[in-house]
Amino acid sequence: MKYLSNVSTLQYSQDKCAGCGRCVEVCPHGVFAMANKRAVLTDRDLCMECGACMMNCDFNAISVNPGVGCAAAIIKGMLTGSEPTCGCSDTSAGR
Amino acid sequence: MQDLKLAIKDGDKAVIAACCAERRNILPLPAKIQKSCCSTEKMDLFPWAMGTETTTVGTAVKVSSEWSRADYWGMIKSRVGAFRMNYSVMPGLYAVGNPTQDMDVFVTANYKLSFDTLRQALKGLNAWILILDTQSINVWCAAGKGTFSTDELVKRISEARLDAVVTHRRIILPQLGGVGVNASAVQKKTGFRVFFGPVDAQDILACVRAGYKKTKEMSTIKFSMRDRLVLTPMEINPALKKFLWLAAGILLCFGLQPSGILFQQAWFNGLPFVLLGLIAVFAGALVTPGLLPYIPFRSFALKGWIVGILVIILTVQIFGIGDKHHPIAMAVTYVFSPALSSYLALQFTGATTFAGMSGVKKELKIGIPIYIGIAGVSLVLVTVFKLKEWGIV
Repeated sequence: MKYLSNVSTLQYSQDKCAGCGRCVEVCPHGVFAMANKRAVLTDRDLCMECGACMMNCDFNAISVNPGVGCAAAIIKGMLTGSEPTCGCSDTSAGR
Repeated sequence: MQDLKLAIKDGDKAVIAACCAERRNILPLPAKIQKSCCSTEKMDLFPWAMGTETTTVGTAVKVSSEWSRADYWGMIKSRVGAFRMNYSVMPGLYAVGNPTQDMDVFVTANYKLSFDTLRQALKGLNAWILILDTQSINVWCAAGKGTFSTDELVKRISEARLDAVVTHRRIILPQLGGVGVNASAVQKKTGFRVFFGPVDAQDILACVRAGYKKTKEMSTIKFSMRDRLVLTPMEINPALKKFLWLAAGILLCFGLQPSGILFQQAWFNGLPFVLLGLIAVFAGALVTPGLLPYIPFRSFALKGWIVGILVIILTVQIFGIGDKHHPIAMAVTYVFSPALSSYLALQFTGATTFAGMSGVKKELKIGIPIYIGIAGVSLVLVTVFKLKEWGIV
């Protein structure tokens, strides 16, 4: 299942990649793959902006604005003027 | 069970503390409270605890890989309501089977369902489980919120004296924990090398047997119809609570007369429209999530609108619900109901495994003005409907 195209804030600079492969290991949507000892992007539109790749990239090659894709949280954030945070009281994948 | 009772007879504090912590989510507990809340009979509620495993530095609670009836019941309750908010186990080190100093350490959250899923998946293995304090939130959400974090993992590794419990230096995290844990920082601070295991605990055995290699399948999160449907009670329940207000509004609207409120009119004329509204709720909060990949468009708002309008047309045309004597009220139904379904479908984004924040923001930016517009148009139509009925216009 794919969500909207061309909305993800994921940015990747391959020239900074040291080829550790952590991004491939943590991405739950296969956005990264290894090719010639460097990570490559497969399909940016698969990215759900969870932020695991950026968290585990020690070479600052990846940037993404991580956040919850949760309408209720975003609406609440808009109303209170704060960053959307998932309350996880009404929605959760239970994993 | 017998093991457990023996352990209690021996006054095994670790088991008791773990069980109490599960009930109260408080640690450490004063001895008095421990006695009162964890009598032997009450321990039957915690059949997963099977005694203790002695480690080189202390004891760890030994856990079963089997689910009892209480575990299944807990899972059901945590899927439907606020029960989940306190469904936790005590953080710390646990043992599955008879682990030695060479055995793997698996990390999870202290949400009971996360822990249950892991211990069940470890059936047949001898292993250690290290539970982080995530305030009874599952791994992925907790990682996003920052409680399943590098700092918490480092703290638990040192508190459990893991470097003395095991001789190796590898620790296995659920892949989705990567959102909150920086593997190289953990290694620098503790010496333990993090391996992000499979997304689903069910794949752990296969992954371990394949020599700690993940297939692409194991690292990719799935979202099957079953996965989607178990999440819908948490969409339907809050929606129904708010729907009561809408239903009251509909009945009031039909019953309101210049002479006062006529209950008979409210009931007989209003009820079909309440039913249509209820159908719109289920179209958005149940049908749309269930059939998600089969509904055209990627936008959740559009998916919900399509399902909403189709279901309303079907209900009115085939089952004859609705009232042709009230053309304006029917018009309101056709305008308002699909929008309601659409809004509820959009709420499901938060439960999905693939909708990102930027996309949802984009949908809301376009959607909210439209929803407000539709609500406004509906109100105007309702007013016209009443004025006509009263013979004012």
